[in-house]
Amino acid sequence: MKNVVDVKELTKRFGELVAVDHINFEVGKGEFFGFLGPNGAGKTTTIRILTGLSKPTEGRASVLGFDINSRIVEAKRHIGVVPEISNLYDEFSAIDNLLFMAQLYGVPPTQRRKRAEELLKTFGLYERKNNLLRTFSRGMKRALTIAAALIHNPKILFLDEPTVGLDVVAARSLRNLIGNLRQQGIAIFLTTHYLDEADLLCDRVAILVKGRIIKIDTPKALKAAAEEESVIEFSFEREISGLMEDLSKKLPEVKIAMADHNKLRIYSSVPTDLYDRVFKFAKGKGIKIQSINSIKPTLEDAFIKITGLSPIVMAIEKGGK
Amino acid sequence: MWRDSLRGIYYIALKDMRTYYLKPPSLSWGIVFPLAWILAFYLRNPRGFEELVPGLIAMTILFSTTAAEAVVINFELRLGSLEKLLLAPISLPAVLLGKVLGGTIFGLIMTTVITIVSIVVLGLHPNFLYLILIIIPSLLVFSSLGALLCVLVKEVFEAQTLLNLPRFIMIFLCGVVYPVSAMPKSLQYLAYIMPLTYTVDGLRHSFSTASSTMVFIDILVLIGFFILFIVPATKLLEKKFE
Repeated sequence: MKNVVDVKELTKRFGELVAVDHINFEVGKGEFFGFLGPNGAGKTTTIRILTGLSKPTEGRASVLGFDINSRIVEAKRHIGVVPEISNLYDEFSAIDNLLFMAQLYGVPPTQRRKRAEELLKTFGLYERKNNLLRTFSRGMKRALTIAAALIHNPKILFLDEPTVGLDVVAARSLRNLIGNLRQQGIAIFLTTHYLDEADLLCDRVAILVKGRIIKIDTPKALKAAAEEESVIEFSFEREISGLMEDLSKKLPEVKIAMADHNKLRIYSSVPTDLYDRVFKFAKGKGIKIQSINSIKPTLEDAFIKITGLSPIVMAIEKGGK
Repeated sequence: MWRDSLRGIYYIALKDMRTYYLKPPSLSWGIVFPLAWILAFYLRNPRGFEELVPGLIAMTILFSTTAAEAVVINFELRLGSLEKLLLAPISLPAVLLGKVLGGTIFGLIMTTVITIVSIVVLGLHPNFLYLILIIIPSLLVFSSLGALLCVLVKEVFEAQTLLNLPRFIMIFLCGVVYPVSAMPKSLQYLAYIMPLTYTVDGLRHSFSTASSTMVFIDILVLIGFFILFIVPATKLLEKKFE
């Protein structure tokens, strides 16, 4: 078996809505594979299909060589899943949650406690092992959910938006923990709408928009493609409504994207008189430019180039927040 | 694969016992409610109380199995923890059977307490084999009825409301207090399509010297009801995950 995940023409429809639209990809052994896209792109639906929680409308997929339609229970023995929202039991302690998962996954009784305690130590939760889950912070709950998904030594771990809703410190700590899993040789299938997270963790990234994969490559190759253009970031003194639209009319030959509410990025291969034109535009609007930066393309820039989507779209959390 | 499923059924049932059943709301609904009813009837007519014992046991079976069963599936669906169970190497029918078994075990504990206390206090001499053979399938029937009504609706409170209807109809029509034979013919027909009728009938036979044929007919009908409830409950739950 060369790949741990093989997907061919996978499609999922909910009535008229096509959530996943004829996608094809594979994940190699020990590979960190990222599914990158805005909310509603079909990332969670794909994970649900690959882990047996939902059935595909069309197409085929296999996980660890087991067909997901006919042999999913066999595949589940070697799959770990971390859903977006922690689904452990609030009324159980940390160790009891892990022991219950060990029982469900058939970890031999003599190894259960040892394995659970090892994981609690790895994830920095050992001191709180007897505390009820309901007393844990969101970051600690997420860490324990990952520990629970690893209790049976899976060969592949599915992580659905692992850092969403966490504060910056907790998210960074969790990314480090996920990064450390590389040493254990586990393949990781990560969905995220955080571009820096995909850049930091993934060997390869599939960009998913409206249920379709529009590009699969390494973050390095994606960024290299974006380097063909110059990226110039303008910061304005305040937020101006309709700024991007107005400037796009003035500069139709370049691609413009909002990077923040008062920042925009201009992507251009020939930025000769660009500065003059932007200065003139700002003066005409009566707004001051705070700073101008020529920046090295990031995965975010590559994403913008490939999808044409604004990074603000990616920053929108589920529920439109 | 069947070993995975059996292990899953066992641990899910144990987990549900700990998480839901051995909690004050389940204990009170499962045991206090039938006791309060029976006390009311006892105070009205203390002499013929032995006659009420099969009804008392039947009510305990009904209320203890359905006390939390109607809640556990929808509650976990909402929290996402049912998905956690379905992500394990266990089939969906096994997860549902684990849930049903949790209600069955809790019902068995409550029913055993009530049955033993009744037998000892009133000095009764039932046929214990018949008692077990009626009680076990009855517990499975009402636990699976709870599961079925639970997956029919989306909200926890809807499941409780929906379950109250058959529960209260069965108390009045299935011979718990008044014999079915004493009811008008139309109500008798209604009684015979309800599982509690066969539980009460089987329990009455266990406390009398009825023939084994009558008891086995009750057992067969109860097994039929169990299949009638568990199969559509499984299909409906599968539909939620399509």
